[in-house]
Amino acid sequence: MSMRKILGISAFYHDSAAAITVGGKIIAAAQEERFTRDKHTPDFPKHAIRYCLDEAGLELDDLDAVVFYDKPLLKFERLLQTYYAFAPKGLISFLKAIPVWLNEKMFLKKLIFDGLKEVGTYDKKKVKLLFPEHHLSHAASAFHPSPYERSAILTIDGVGEWCTASIGLGEGKNITMLKELEFPHSVGLLYSAFTYFLGFTVNSGEYKLMGLAPYGHPDAQQTFDFAELIKKHIVDIKEDGSIWLNQAYFNYATGLRMVHDDKWEGLFGFPRREGEGELMQHHCNLALAIQRVTEEIVIKMAMEAKRLTQADYLCMAGGVALNCVANGKLLREGIFKDIYVQPAAGDAGGALGAALAASHIYFGEERILPDGMDAMSGSYLGPSYSDKEIELVNRKVGAVSHKYDDFEALSAHVAAHIADGKVVGWFQGKMEFGPRALGNRSILGDARNPEMQKKLNIKIKYREGFRPFAPSVLAEDVEDYFIQDTPSPYMLIVSPVVEPRRSILPANFHDMPLWDKLYYKRSDVQSITHLDFSARIQTVHRETNPKYHSLISAFKKQTGYGLVVNTSFNVRGEPIVCKPHDAYRCFMSTEMDVLVVNDFVYIKTEQPDWENKEKWMTKFKMD
Amino acid sequence: MDLLKDLWMFMRERKKFWLAPIIIIFLILGLIIVFGGGSAVAPFIYTLF
Repeated sequence: MSMRKILGISAFYHDSAAAITVGGKIIAAAQEERFTRDKHTPDFPKHAIRYCLDEAGLELDDLDAVVFYDKPLLKFERLLQTYYAFAPKGLISFLKAIPVWLNEKMFLKKLIFDGLKEVGTYDKKKVKLLFPEHHLSHAASAFHPSPYERSAILTIDGVGEWCTASIGLGEGKNITMLKELEFPHSVGLLYSAFTYFLGFTVNSGEYKLMGLAPYGHPDAQQTFDFAELIKKHIVDIKEDGSIWLNQAYFNYATGLRMVHDDKWEGLFGFPRREGEGELMQHHCNLALAIQRVTEEIVIKMAMEAKRLTQADYLCMAGGVALNCVANGKLLREGIFKDIYVQPAAGDAGGALGAALAASHIYFGEERILPDGMDAMSGSYLGPSYSDKEIELVNRKVGAVSHKYDDFEALSAHVAAHIADGKVVGWFQGKMEFGPRALGNRSILGDARNPEMQKKLNIKIKYREGFRPFAPSVLAEDVEDYFIQDTPSPYMLIVSPVVEPRRSILPANFHDMPLWDKLYYKRSDVQSITHLDFSARIQTVHRETNPKYHSLISAFKKQTGYGLVVNTSFNVRGEPIVCKPHDAYRCFMSTEMDVLVVNDFVYIKTEQPDWENKEKWMTKFKMD
Repeated sequence: MDLLKDLWMFMRERKKFWLAPIIIIFLILGLIIVFGGGSAVAPFIYTLF
């Protein structure tokens, strides 16, 4: 039997992406935003498709199927039925949404065919278009690349067609859906509603809400009261983890905003925080309350998945699976022996899941269990650039660089810079697929340095000062720093820093002002220790990323510490850098000290006109 | 024509023939929008729609 060549696409909503599988093996995957530099772009992913085809050595006519990640007509049905159910409420939203559908989304096949025309020439009659359900795409993106022969599958997001969460069972190449939660009752939309109420942007600010939660007072009466109010008035959590959202408090089903601001203000006793408004303790306490409620729901859903499947393992995907704090709690609950979370758990990963679902379920191709941790190749599935291409950029921008022939020498040199308090842009090989930078498009710093968090937030990333940073730790050293004994290669598990490394906090720590709390020394790896002693861990494995492993090993040799701060290589509102030119521009527009692109090292003070940051700045929409 | 065929199969599969009149009216409206050259602006919560 021939190896099926399948292109998966997600597009037209947010986080457009493309992925290619051949015979069920993942060849390439990338998000469109990285090429167009428009974060979360909904545009047809023509650049990402072109890249995937080139990487696989294919043209459009070679494909056995093109697979879109959801069923548009089922979504249209949900839209019509929702408006019908709520009528006459929702007329304004209806008048805005329907033209979009009539003008574009109803004609999705045409949109896809037209989009493909911009990628290359092809014979339309030869193209087989498939549309798996949104949550099946998520489920396949988690289960098929996982190392498990048999596993429960839990997908949770805002909404697909009707489904907002699902429990399934994966066995071999097959996936059986067992239970679903339907719109408008949605964990993702519940979390997004609080994201909105606390002044962050829906669909991108959810991370900020999660990062804000540890600033909440864990023992304050207000935090408990908020959680009680949420569970009494807003969400009814059933024993099987399904939820019922009280629509009297929400506006998303028929309106253009997430919630009824006045009702929430009445319930919680303070108005919606305006974007960039000052963060007060009650904002933090509410963030902690909704985080706790979310964790309760996720854990109950996982318990129901266990009850239904009796499986030893759990695979997860969907936007809510990016809530790594909840994932960490779930792992430590011990319901399953281990959990596997798809690194591109959001809608971008739907492109990959759609391709895998078509390969294994529609075409029935056998699934071969991966040798290593999984079949994601460390999520390094994006484009890489040759020395020649880098030299071309160097000439174009007049960059001054030093080329190393010995990578160990480069690692030692760069590690010394990090140990010296410098901030390093680290660009190597293939770009990551998914929202996390995993050491190929990363900005690195010294985790021991108490000033590093402030410096990275304010001078490098130009983002909110409260936001935490994550560590990349040598996989073999993880237990020296964290209460964590399983790999976490995708930064999707949050675990506590081990006791001996923690400082003793004063009794009034949680009553201190927000910024005093942040800058109070909490551990010997201060910059990656969040306020509640937690850290979002990336374990670095020699097998999946030898270069990054080599760098951290060199750092360990010099300092005794086998971990560094790792944050994505971008500034606020900017997609993670893709090409060497993006990296150089970002390097020059911030106070980053050193840039490494493959074997080339750039020192800021050696660059022409290096103090003129403005020259390199690009305006990005704030997220 | 492809779309009409898909819609018919969809309604049959989902047993939701009551959607037919609404969809027909929308299709006519859609044609007016397309030929009228009007632009459609995506609403605020674009994931839902």
